[in-house]
Amino acid sequence: MAQQTQTLKRIKFSDIFQKGQTFTVIALLVLVVVMAVINPDFMGWKNLSNITRQVSIIAIISVGMTFVILEGGTDLSVGSVMALSGTMMAGFMINFKMSPWVAVFLGIVIGAVCGIITGCLVAYAKIPGIIASLAMMEMARGVALIYTGGYPLSGLSESFAKLGNGNIGIIPTPLIVTVVIYFIAYLILNQSATGRYVYAIGGNEEAVRLSGINIKKFKVLPYFISGITAAMAGAISVSRMQSGQPNAGTGFELDAIAAVVLGGTAISGGRGHIFGTILGALTLAVLSNGLNFMGVTPYVQKVIKGAIIIVAVIIASRKKD
Amino acid sequence: MLFPGVRALHNVNIAVKKGEIHAIVGENGAGKSTLMKILSGVHIPTSGQLLIDGKPAHITGPQDATYKYGIGIIHQEFSLVPYLNTVENIFLGREIRKAGILDKKSMINKAKELLATLKADFDVMIPVSKLSVANQQFIEIAKATAAETKILIFDEPTACLTGNEVDTLFDLIFHLRDQGVTILYISHHLEEIFKLSDRFSVLRDGAYVGTRETASSNQKEMVQMMVGREVETEFPPRVTPVSDEVVLKINKITNKKVTDIHFEMHKGEIIGLAGLVGAGRTEIVRALIGADKSDIYDVEVNGKTANIRSTQDSLKYGFGLIPEDRKSQGLVLSMSVKGNCTISVIKELANAFLLTNNKKERVMVSKSIKELNIKTPTMDQKAKNLSGGNQQKIVLAKWMNTKSQILIFDEPTRGIDIGAKDEIYKLIRELSESGISIIVVSSELAEVLGLSDRIFSIYNGRIAAEMKGSEATPERVMYYCTGGK
Repeated sequence: MAQQTQTLKRIKFSDIFQKGQTFTVIALLVLVVVMAVINPDFMGWKNLSNITRQVSIIAIISVGMTFVILEGGTDLSVGSVMALSGTMMAGFMINFKMSPWVAVFLGIVIGAVCGIITGCLVAYAKIPGIIASLAMMEMARGVALIYTGGYPLSGLSESFAKLGNGNIGIIPTPLIVTVVIYFIAYLILNQSATGRYVYAIGGNEEAVRLSGINIKKFKVLPYFISGITAAMAGAISVSRMQSGQPNAGTGFELDAIAAVVLGGTAISGGRGHIFGTILGALTLAVLSNGLNFMGVTPYVQKVIKGAIIIVAVIIASRKKD
Repeated sequence: MLFPGVRALHNVNIAVKKGEIHAIVGENGAGKSTLMKILSGVHIPTSGQLLIDGKPAHITGPQDATYKYGIGIIHQEFSLVPYLNTVENIFLGREIRKAGILDKKSMINKAKELLATLKADFDVMIPVSKLSVANQQFIEIAKATAAETKILIFDEPTACLTGNEVDTLFDLIFHLRDQGVTILYISHHLEEIFKLSDRFSVLRDGAYVGTRETASSNQKEMVQMMVGREVETEFPPRVTPVSDEVVLKINKITNKKVTDIHFEMHKGEIIGLAGLVGAGRTEIVRALIGADKSDIYDVEVNGKTANIRSTQDSLKYGFGLIPEDRKSQGLVLSMSVKGNCTISVIKELANAFLLTNNKKERVMVSKSIKELNIKTPTMDQKAKNLSGGNQQKIVLAKWMNTKSQILIFDEPTRGIDIGAKDEIYKLIRELSESGISIIVVSSELAEVLGLSDRIFSIYNGRIAAEMKGSEATPERVMYYCTGGK
């Protein structure tokens, strides 16, 4: 235990915010200042806690996406897996009267299984991640629609709403869940052998194989983690909406990729940091919160979001040289 | 020319005569490639002047270099599109059109004509990826000469060629010179330069050292100019005799590329595998460590049957491979020196909570850096920022940290400059004296002869002959490597 605390003490500011994230930090700060000037209520507790509730779902999905992208792949199935696990959780609670704990746990298992299937297709059948996860995206969505008949599953108990809408003390529960997940992800990625392999495989798979490491196992792992985080996001989503929506999470995979890339992680793998991802997700959330306040339509917001991704990636790739 | 934090070239002042073969030599990092990149428009110099035919030239980009000034470059790594055929590659970017539509017929004819002047003969309609390396190089040269090139730069052109192909290339270079093309030739192989060039210029640490007439100079002078001191490659002699203990007994390995490989290896012994490119040397060691599949694999390590099916297995049996291409196979370039040194042992460094013990790791890496004299500002430096010799030492450090008992060096000094080469030879000797058994695969005969206790000549995927290091001569080794019986 002593060793562990020692390791934790070593987490330095420079570890967390590497050069790649400087832009994202600056962009986020500028954005926050601008928003605070335009909207006097922006810095209010109500608005801030609202933003954290909104951001938590994409932020949690983006954790798994960070693993996958760092290792050199892409996971397009996260939105669908989120919907599938979410509707299953809702179904377990409503139809089988399971306790929320058991239902959520089973939902996470379902997400994990989806991830393992995608990962095995990538590692053993040698299908590119983008294709394997595209197939999983279709299948998971299909199963969610079959299971629900295409209609939302509602009638959840009030108590389950606490996960998405409640507070612990004054802090929104989803925020706490998100912080815990990011911290665990940080420990895995930056303090464990497993994380070292993820980075290394993203950098040079063949060199890692010749170093005597079972790369197949570590090629499945990121998709497995991505399945789990998608399912966790599904639990929060179901709780917030008080129903299991088979169409939830449509397009979330792209938001997650955007958050990861905005956070300075290289889409080709091997370079990046999990804390960049939370900055990326926050930037997108603050942006959309502010634009909503200003009355900018969602259509225009999409254009702005796209432009910001372009600028961020150009700046990041410039830095590399 | 300025690079972040490094001035790559300064005060370079070279005059090249029209229609001569002018070699540019220097150790790795001397600035040869940077100079060539300036000439071919990839980098823009921060100061200085470039005169072509006596007139100042301002090369603003690769397009400019090719079309305005007639400068062509044949890179070490080819820039062909693998799925396009020869004709499409030669005319890429300057296709001949008739009324806006590709005029395939005249492009094919023109390409054939070009290749005929180079005395090359192969199917121009199949994808270039299916052609031999030598033929691909012909296409590169044809591409360069198609644009009315006046100055042609060759950057290590023989790196991937076999003996015969090298001779053909040299004939071609002479032929081009006789047609009035000025040739700039970069190479590590000093013999090549003496065979080929009219004059040579030496760069050292980004600065110009001097130019000599090749005919009135010699290899010793050239090396002296390159390193700034007199050096001779010396292979450290063996001090302790090889023990009788057999650590590795290969009864039989056979797969698609290698046939019936069998030999015994003693503790602390160095075995050299000599052979031409494509003879199957690398394939033998890859099969041995389970990196490639074998049909028959009957191997004993320390007297026990070792069923090695993957690189994880070979790691357990104490094998370590320092591969021929360290950039694509040996290192994760985007990762730190530290990460690369410990990649194979990081699992053991982790404690019960799976958190890697930073302190233990840093101590281990500091030790490696000290022992192997790795020159890096910090262990957190990315591996890609180090020189070839230091990168090679990182790969070696990785296996020393796993306590490998059988180390395989595939082309241990490829792309490594002369000073660092001696250091690698010394390390290999020291390792073998300490009881580690070593297999050295090399295209440089001097290296195999200088280091090995026993030498195997590899030909056509088989061990064609076995010789004691003391009895082997370059001629004998080469005789068996080229199919002699």
